[in-house]
This record gives sequence, structure tokens and C-alpha cells, in this order.
Amino acid sequence: MDAFFQYSFLQTALLAGLLASIGCGIMGSYVVVKRIGYMAGGISHSVLAGMGAALFFGFSPMLGALLAALLAALLIGWIKMRWQTQEDTLIGAMWAIGMSIGVLFISRTPGYSADLMSYLFGNILLVSTNQLWEMAVLNILVTTMVLAFYRQFLAVSFDEEFARLRGVPVNFFYLLFLCLVALTVVLLVQVVGLILVIALLTLPAAIAGHYVHTMGWMMLLASLLGMTFTTCGIWLSYVLDMPTGAIIILVAGGSFILSAIFSQWRQHRAQPAES
Amino acid sequence: MMTGNAIEIQDLSFSYGKAPVLDHISLEVPEQEFLGIVGPNAGGKSTLLKIILGLLKPRQGKVRVLGVSPVQARRHLGYVPQYPAFARDFPVTVEQVVLMGRLGQGKIIGGYNRRDREISRRVMVETEILDLAQRRISQLSGGQLQRTLVARALACEPRILLLDEPTANIDMRVENELFDLLKILNQRMTILVVSHDIAFISGYVHRVACLNRTLICHHTENIDGQVIQQLYDGDVRMVAHKH
Repeated sequence: MDAFFQYSFLQTALLAGLLASIGCGIMGSYVVVKRIGYMAGGISHSVLAGMGAALFFGFSPMLGALLAALLAALLIGWIKMRWQTQEDTLIGAMWAIGMSIGVLFISRTPGYSADLMSYLFGNILLVSTNQLWEMAVLNILVTTMVLAFYRQFLAVSFDEEFARLRGVPVNFFYLLFLCLVALTVVLLVQVVGLILVIALLTLPAAIAGHYVHTMGWMMLLASLLGMTFTTCGIWLSYVLDMPTGAIIILVAGGSFILSAIFSQWRQHRAQPAES
Repeated sequence: MMTGNAIEIQDLSFSYGKAPVLDHISLEVPEQEFLGIVGPNAGGKSTLLKIILGLLKPRQGKVRVLGVSPVQARRHLGYVPQYPAFARDFPVTVEQVVLMGRLGQGKIIGGYNRRDREISRRVMVETEILDLAQRRISQLSGGQLQRTLVARALACEPRILLLDEPTANIDMRVENELFDLLKILNQRMTILVVSHDIAFISGYVHRVACLNRTLICHHTENIDGQVIQQLYDGDVRMVAHKH
């Protein structure tokens, strides 16, 4: 554990993990209860197009990721509203097209091919202090929006039809919600890379869902779990000298499987008559 | 415009694609009425309800709810859906669901106010689910969930309460309790119940509208085997019952 106090890059990585966990717990809970992991996947993979374009044209990859994620979120929202029957195909296509655009841009950018791996699988040990500040701002944005419109988000994700009858502008909140998912995805890409984002977004929230009764508690517990997983992952990857993103996901995935087994067993024990 | 009619429908037609679902329907529902709408599956009952709620736009004809268009009248309508559109395992408590009936009133940002909570508490007492307030909805029985949905609709403080197949997922005893509750609520609001179960509903409602693409109204005491046969075999009609 001493390493955490000795090396500033580890401290920065730790902070990045903690910051990412807040957004991941809040928006991940919505993604899990609304069952839109696939949409979040589409958004996160489209991010590569933005990062590639940023490298090619020479602006900040984080800005590129942000623009691509927001654009993808709005496109997916539009697809969902207009072409619901082909939603699956269209999101799948966007997913692949986004990545392809990114790969093309990166292949045309001299000297940057090595970075492709870190975009795909994360490079939390290379997070800079500037990026920490950017992550903090994204977090504040997501948290403020969710707190301000907590009632509407809950109603829209619980029962869209009823929310519409109560005069809630459902489409607006749906798009806003997807944009917040996009911000969170950009936050998490720093930590685990865009391929592994979905796991970090959904696993802590899914585990929390086994134990709590309300969205509020689910978000809180998911954030704490996310912090635990990223911290353990960073420490393990340092000790074992292995890729951080992958270790974090394996810790989260392993915990999810154990929790799923435990909660099944608990339910089973609570209702012995039904089995 | 005070007509004394909660709902006025003139010459309404609607279709999804080519096949007409509702064909030149006219219906007047006076305030304080307890109206049952019966008919076979796919006879257009839910469609009619959705038009009254303003969720679907009629192809032809005029619909006035409380003297205005359905969308304008929305805040005075309480709706209890047939198949709850939500996932039963959603992490939300009974009280949080009931509070959703208070949306659309008051400020946009922030939480519910004291009045919202008082009203929610009152309707939970009325529907006898106050002791379940902190229970997660996945732990409720079919009857308890139905009461929660009625409470959510009542939290809107509606002038018209609309229920779509409220007895689909509950047993006979709970069904009786539900209709006893509706009878009490009917003293202060208009109620529209959609059901496929004509025998059960006619014991409670004032009038029955039989809907199978067309609509025929019958007084409850006139419903006999012939009427029912016409309804389920024939084209389109509505039955109305008056006591």
C-alpha cells in the first residue's frame, strides 16, 4: 500500500478512479433499471470516432470524445423515437461505424497508432492533473442535473406513458438523460477505455440492485462499489504489474457473480415453500 | 363551457393503418357517472381510452373532455393502466410511485413539497396501502400493486378516473374490494372502467357501453344473453345501463 503514498501517478490514478465512480454509480443505476446497456454501448464505441478525429486534426482527445459521445447520444435518442422497430440494427450499425471512423483517422495520423490500445482499454496511470479537473467538472454537471430533475428522471425511467400524461416532456428528458450517459461514458473512458466502459457502468449498479429498495440508495451504493473496485483494481494491477482497466473489470465482474449467487441463495432461503 | 358532460365524443373514427378500430362512435358521459366499457379483445376499448387521454389523435370526429381538448384536460384525468408499463423489479417504493401522481404541478426543479406528500398520504389511506408505503413494488401482490396504481391516479386529484382492465391480474375477492372502493370514489368523480368481463361489471356501473368497433349503450337491467351474443359476434356496438 506504501506505493500509493510514494508515487504521484498512482495518487492521480486513484483520484481519477474515485471521480469516475461517482458518475458511474449515478448514471449506471439508470442504465441498469432502464435496461439500455446496449444504447450505452453504442455511445461508448462511437467515442472512438471523436478521439480519432481529435488526434488527426490536433485537438484534445477528451473534447473529441465528448463531442462524439453527445452526437451519438442524440442520434440514438432520435433513432429510438423515430425507428423503434429497427432500433437494434441501427444502434449496432452506429456502434461499428463510429469505431471504423476512429480507426481510419488514427491510421492516417502519423506516430499515434500505439495509443489506440489505451483508448480501447484505458490508461488510468497516464491521467494528467488537467484531466482530473475535467472529470470533476463532468461529475458536477451530471450530479447537478440528476438532483435538479430527480422526480422527472425517476418518472420517465419508471413509466414513460404515465409521465407523459402528467405533462412531463418525456422526449426532452429522454434526450437529456442519454446526453448525461454520454458525459459519464467520457468520464469512464479515461479509466477503463471505451470497450470496458459498459462493464464499469452496469456492474456496480447491478450489484447494488440486489440489496436496496430505491434508486437513491442504488446510486449511492453503486458509487461506493465503483470506488472500491477501481481502488482495488489499481492496487492489484500495480502489485501484479498488469493492465489496470482489465483488472478493474475483472474485480467488478467477479464481485457481480458472487453477489448474484449470494442474492439468489438468500431469496431461495427466504421462500423455501416455493421451490 | 359547462355542459354537465365530463366526456363528449361525436362521430369518432380511428384506425391503425387500414383496418378501422373505431367506426363513427358517439358517446356522452355526464359528470359523476360510473360507466363501464365492455367488448371483446381488440374491440377498440384501450384505443378509445387512449384517445380520451390524448395519447392518440382521432382520425375523424370530435372529442371534448371537461369541455376542452383531451391534452388540455390531462391534468384533471387519473389513469390506471392495464398492463403496467414498468418493470416489476424497478427499485422504487410504493410511496415514490404514488408521489409520481403529483408530477406536473408546481415547480419543475427539485423535490416534492409538503402538500404533495400530504395528498399522497391521504390517497394511500383511502386505498388502504399506507402500511406498505416503504415497501418495494416487487414485493407487492397483484391486488396491492393495483391499489398502488389507483392511489397514483388519485394523487393527481382527478375529476375523471379511467381504469383499463383493472381486474386482469387479481382474484375475485380483491376484485370486489376494488369495485367497492370505486363506488365510494364515484361520489366525487366520474369513473370509466374498461373491462372484458360484462357479468361482473354490470353489478356496479350505471351504464354499460358495448364496444366492438362500433358502440351501443345499454341500461344495466337490459343486458341479457342476446345482447352479449350481439356484442361478441356482431360488428360494433355499445351497451348502456341506467338504474
